[in-house]
Amino acid sequence: MMNVALIGLGSVGRGVAGMIAKKDLGIAITGIADSQSGCMDPDGLDIASLLAGKSRKGYVSDQKISASDVIKKAEYDALIEVTPTNALTGEPAIGYIKAALSQKKHVVTSNKGPIALAYKELRMIAEKNGVALRYEATVAGAIPIMHTLEHGLAGNEILALYGVLNGTCNYILSRMAAEGLTYEQALMEAREMGYAEADPTYDVQGIDAAIKLVILANTIWGNGVQLNDIDRTGIDLLTPDALRLAEDEGCTIRLIAEAIPRKHILRVSPRIIEKNHPLVVDGTLNALTLETDMAKEITLIGRGAGSTETASAIIGDLLFIKDRYVQRA
Amino acid sequence: MKLEMKDSPGQLVAALKPISEVGGNIIAVIHQREPDLDNDTLNVQIVLELPEGRQERLISLLNEQGVRIQRIDKERLLYQRTVIMIGHLMHTDLSDTVDQIDSTGFAEVCELSMSMPAVNERSSSRITIKAVSKGDMEAALAILRRVSHQKSLLLIEPLEEIS
Repeated sequence: MMNVALIGLGSVGRGVAGMIAKKDLGIAITGIADSQSGCMDPDGLDIASLLAGKSRKGYVSDQKISASDVIKKAEYDALIEVTPTNALTGEPAIGYIKAALSQKKHVVTSNKGPIALAYKELRMIAEKNGVALRYEATVAGAIPIMHTLEHGLAGNEILALYGVLNGTCNYILSRMAAEGLTYEQALMEAREMGYAEADPTYDVQGIDAAIKLVILANTIWGNGVQLNDIDRTGIDLLTPDALRLAEDEGCTIRLIAEAIPRKHILRVSPRIIEKNHPLVVDGTLNALTLETDMAKEITLIGRGAGSTETASAIIGDLLFIKDRYVQRA
Repeated sequence: MKLEMKDSPGQLVAALKPISEVGGNIIAVIHQREPDLDNDTLNVQIVLELPEGRQERLISLLNEQGVRIQRIDKERLLYQRTVIMIGHLMHTDLSDTVDQIDSTGFAEVCELSMSMPAVNERSSSRITIKAVSKGDMEAALAILRRVSHQKSLLLIEPLEEIS
């Protein structure tokens, strides 16, 4: 059995807790915290009743116990850090992750802020303490891109990567192309479907895709790339006419994140792309093409968001840690 | 170019060798034996890229090898790319935008489709550019990027084919 502490009970946190409770994975939750409360039990918590309480009261447990208390005092092997992303400071997640790593606890996160902003430092702390820092869920939701890079494509040189990394933009562009909607109409529809935030800036101006590109570039090439290094253009100025003009040539327009080190390209921009290209996926799907020296091109397609989909990525990381580090009956 | 040569061992290689000698780049070789043709000759079509001014030298080298040239078709601008531009295209002098490409001598705008929804609204255009070489195409796109930036136009480039 591996013990885990879970910080953050938004849609991702609830999805992870629910799946751990439901499936027989050999994982027990011994500490849990949301933004207002927390609780711990070395023998394992009753997840079903805690989640029921959370949906009734809005907070999970004892308001005198904070997330930091759980990270410091609970008995666990790995921390699951799934608090909301703060793209500017990465806090409070960076503090949580550092605290856990320094206590020789493994960390699994879905939080893009800390990995995009403080990857090098966090990686060093993890290495110094002999523990793992894993973040499969930060990029492309359920698509196992990090596992693919680390294991399936081990020994390959990654020459380039191209990705559709933002489901909101892909949905808007799919709808503009299919129905001739204006950008504003497609955005409104995306909001109604729950695919776009009230303030869509972060998605439609390509910031979210650029942050994911930063995470991928640092993971693959360790090149210390930052958000400011990405050449970024959003989709908010696209016209239905532009999509129609692309359509006339058997093409469409998609927001593509692109990294080609040999050409010094790090870019997120709307691009003309043939409709039968593997990166042209529908709706909120994500897709990634890697170009490597041995495997040549590999494309992965899957769901980029969602509670259970993201839980899939997090649980994959947890079970990897369990197999590799935590050998307990 | 379409070539006719003796159908004997080594002839095809002999015909291809001069191409690399003059710095040419072979794109395709189409080589078909036609049953109703005299069986001692072979017709071969070769698609190739040749630097400016090397054609005469290639022809004489091929003739020395006993290869007869049946036909040569020339296409100067081999590379083609399509971009989309969005913005106030007329107000920012579209003919100047096109001219910045055409005046290079190595690239030109060969097609332009445009849609203008209403006065004061942003228009959208699809522009096809042809260029002499891949490097020239890159240079032409760099010019378009610079012009788009200066004129506050949104330039949508094609995703480069994966090499």
